[in-house]
Amino acid sequence: MKPSIIPLLTLTLATAAYAAPESFDFKDPKGVNNIVFSLDAPLESVNGSASGVTGTVLFDPENPAATTGKIVVASESLIVPNPMQKEHLHSANWLDVAKYPEITFEVKSFADTKTEGSVTSANVTGSFSLHGVTKEITVPVKLTYLKDKLASRVPNLKGDLLVLRANFNINREDFNIQKGQYEDKVSPTINLTLSIAGAAVQ
Amino acid sequence: MKRMLQLLALLVVLATAITWLVTGANRGWTKTSRPVKTLDEVTGIEGITYQPAFLPGVDFLGASLLAAGLLAGSSLFFRTPRQQPLTKSQFPNQ
Repeated sequence: MKPSIIPLLTLTLATAAYAAPESFDFKDPKGVNNIVFSLDAPLESVNGSASGVTGTVLFDPENPAATTGKIVVASESLIVPNPMQKEHLHSANWLDVAKYPEITFEVKSFADTKTEGSVTSANVTGSFSLHGVTKEITVPVKLTYLKDKLASRVPNLKGDLLVLRANFNINREDFNIQKGQYEDKVSPTINLTLSIAGAAVQ
Repeated sequence: MKRMLQLLALLVVLATAITWLVTGANRGWTKTSRPVKTLDEVTGIEGITYQPAFLPGVDFLGASLLAAGLLAGSSLFFRTPRQQPLTKSQFPNQ
């Protein structure tokens, strides 16, 4: 009887190990992860990007709806091509990057999850923190699971990749950024586009 | 001096206009860097890096035209040197 238990136990452990979600690290060694932001202004729209992306996402390809995690963006990494605009953006009057060094999004739940092949789309609800204010928001997210693709991106490393894309708007006034001020000069609506990839090393 | 200031103002206007046109006639604000996109073929993500570049905008045009205006305006404080009438002794011998 004893010998028959061992294969069963092995199978159970193997199944459990297979079902466990993978941990994807979003600190990108290639530095292509970016978040683009844009907001309307009278002369030209203010366009910039942030590259200081870190965070971890637990993703199970067998159960994408159970995905959890947190994405962190260093406020200091926000760049616009005009030096004066960048100075204003980082200043205490706007983002106050010295006082609020991080912008974060923490996943709470997935809804309307649809998976086709390696691509999962869902409406993700989570806590978005900016300028010291945390609000619950829901954003449409697309996750692309690239199995065994890490080696083709980072030589000598085996593992999987998870690409996360999202496009959504926030209102700066919801986060106490110049509330009720400069509405004629800088739009209260900020468009954010996330294109980031995380790696799960095996 | 008057003529020199006027020529300098004209030179500032021309140099500004040429610089603005050559660098792409940017109708936005002046930029000191340019975003460059690079495609990561594995993930399909377009990475953005910023390269130093001077792209003068309408603020640069305005400041330069103001400076040229001030130069041209300051030339009005200088008198045009009048040509002295020739004295009798300066007339060529007849």
